[in-house]
Amino acid sequence: MGIFNKKKSEHYFNKPSNATVGQCFTMGNSITKASFFVFGLGNILNKQVARGVAFLAIEIGYLIYMITFGIGALGDMVTLGTAVQEEVWNDALGIYEYTKGDNSMLCLLFGVVTIMLTIAIVFFACMSGKSAFATQFRKEKGMSIPTFKDDLHSIKEENLHVAMMAFPIVGVLVFTIVPLIYTILVAFTNYDRDHQPPGNLFDWVGFENFSSFLSTGGRLASTFWPVLCWTLIWAIFATVTCYVGGLILALLINRKGTKIKGFWRFMFVISIAVPQFVTLLSMRTIFAENGPFNVILKGMGLIDTPIYWFTDPTLARIVIICINFWIGVPFTMLSTTGILQNIPAELYEAAKIDGANAFTIFWKITMPYMVFVMTPNLITSFTGNINNFNVIFLLSGGGPNNMDYYFAGDTDLLVTWLYKLTINQKDYNLGAVIGILTFVVLASVSLITYRNTASYKDEGAFQ
Amino acid sequence: MKAKRFITNTACHILLAVLSIIWVLPVIYVILTSFRAEPGTYKSYIIPREFTLDNYAKLLGDNPILDFKQWFFNTFVIALCVMFISGFMVIAVSYCMSRLRFKMRKPFMNIALILGMFPGFMSMFAIYYILKGLGFLESGALKQLALILCYSGGSGLGFYMAKGFFDTIPKTIDEAAYIDGASKWETFIHITLPMSKPIITHTLLTAFMGPWTDYIFAKVILGQDTKYYTIAIGLWTMLEKEYINTYYTQFYAGCVLISIPISILFLMTQKCYVEGVSGAVKG
Repeated sequence: MGIFNKKKSEHYFNKPSNATVGQCFTMGNSITKASFFVFGLGNILNKQVARGVAFLAIEIGYLIYMITFGIGALGDMVTLGTAVQEEVWNDALGIYEYTKGDNSMLCLLFGVVTIMLTIAIVFFACMSGKSAFATQFRKEKGMSIPTFKDDLHSIKEENLHVAMMAFPIVGVLVFTIVPLIYTILVAFTNYDRDHQPPGNLFDWVGFENFSSFLSTGGRLASTFWPVLCWTLIWAIFATVTCYVGGLILALLINRKGTKIKGFWRFMFVISIAVPQFVTLLSMRTIFAENGPFNVILKGMGLIDTPIYWFTDPTLARIVIICINFWIGVPFTMLSTTGILQNIPAELYEAAKIDGANAFTIFWKITMPYMVFVMTPNLITSFTGNINNFNVIFLLSGGGPNNMDYYFAGDTDLLVTWLYKLTINQKDYNLGAVIGILTFVVLASVSLITYRNTASYKDEGAFQ
Repeated sequence: MKAKRFITNTACHILLAVLSIIWVLPVIYVILTSFRAEPGTYKSYIIPREFTLDNYAKLLGDNPILDFKQWFFNTFVIALCVMFISGFMVIAVSYCMSRLRFKMRKPFMNIALILGMFPGFMSMFAIYYILKGLGFLESGALKQLALILCYSGGSGLGFYMAKGFFDTIPKTIDEAAYIDGASKWETFIHITLPMSKPIITHTLLTAFMGPWTDYIFAKVILGQDTKYYTIAIGLWTMLEKEYINTYYTQFYAGCVLISIPISILFLMTQKCYVEGVSGAVKG
């Protein structure tokens, strides 16, 4: 009797781990409910001391942090500091001294960290409540309550993902998510070259930065739209050419008739072994006005005066796409080779017995399989190309410079423009806005395609 | 039939030969320039007039400002650490995403996809200030540690390739192991990993090569401390205006020297690619 006859909808779980947080709270007894606020209470009272104490320690640690530091940090995040660093004349020493003002940059950073910790603590509150409910459930049902040893054992079974994912997730949080949230928030401030802490404070400005990018007429807007167009054209060409080229090359090498497969593979892989920035820099040298490529063309009598490959906008763009093809094809070749070798041999054998020719086999077996496995990879490579910093920056540096643009050139991608604005110009807020806009472009393009692919909808198709 | 096959095969081989020449020529140019005796930068010819080993000797000799040996050692240690840390992370995450089923799986995949769409170094200045705040930028050794953390920290998000591979391993193999009483962990270690050599090699190789080629993070984090530079940023320094005339040919010598270990590594691991898992569930 008891909790399970209250409502029909609450019947549906036979394991306590299937209960939602809301169900745990409404159906839990007073101890379980209290466990949402005093972490680990339900566990400690039911002899799961180790687990309970761990929960409690997390809560106490958080409370100490909040009282000593966190609440102040949240307040500072709202104001972003009030006291400006000032020069004060020290009469006794006869020099100017700096009073220590607030540092807006640190205010924002600590605010973000505090918010992240608070989210984590809400998560732990739910964990604690669920854990207490599970114990209560087992007690009422007369089932055995898992000991600490059982908890440890479950790490090798149903909780294996917790053990394997914990470390990577912490890494992602610290090195990706926190900096990202920080940067996104900077987009809503005036943290530019005139507002550099610690000398100056910066403050919230709302959507001002965004409107100057998207509205027509301004210098930022008339840079943003052309750069965006070129970024998209570049990404489409770079992805498609490299993928098709690499796949054909891999098939060419892997086909049955090809001799010395390892040698051919090695020939193409040499260019990967040479670090990318070396190949890029030597390519830049090769395509320089008196570089080897012009020397060869001149020697063959094709041209009289050297061609300036990186001075004309259109020519520079074509050259960059070609060089990227040269760099990208061996990479695709390498990654597709692994997958080609992984196609179940029975599929081919069956097709041959049925009398299919090479072309049909490619079209009906190889292609569907490759697309199935590689679609997520293709999308990643599309996004990677939109964010492809190295190729553009090392080959042309974004040039030729365009005087109508705001610190950008004709081959600049959004991402190299971002780099120039943050590293050279210290316009952090503008850089952050470009980052967010890049994200919006990518998200709208690729989330739709990704959700419509077979490998997302039907993960088990080839299993 | 036989004649037709012969023609196709010959055509394929010729095509491959032409393509590989295109792909190898720039590399040969790099090697030739590294042996060039004439100093200075661009020349109006491609094959050097005179060959010498001086560039290598100078590069490996003692040089207090641009210490190539030191850079090589730095990069090697960093790359080794990154290889193990992020190799573990990528394989662990992709296995979880492919084989285990838990509530956070789909949300995590969506979050990873979303995070991947932000430009990689959009938040670099934030990372820089966080590392500075944590006191990582106070000494050279700590800066190197910071660099390792930067390279491997977010690598758990790059699981797509390996997940795609794990997805192609038949589930029946896992189920057979469970029936025989293996735990999920044991199945992972003793069944899945040995079958996944190609993708593990691929993952480790990619991770190892990262620090050799990246110079943006290295530049921002290491600053002006030439003694703690990695290869990439060190060689980059050689091409800066004040050094380029003296160091141009040495730069290419350095490029050749760092390409050698990476290609050897690749040759050693290449045979792993050949062993697919296609025969795993036969009979």
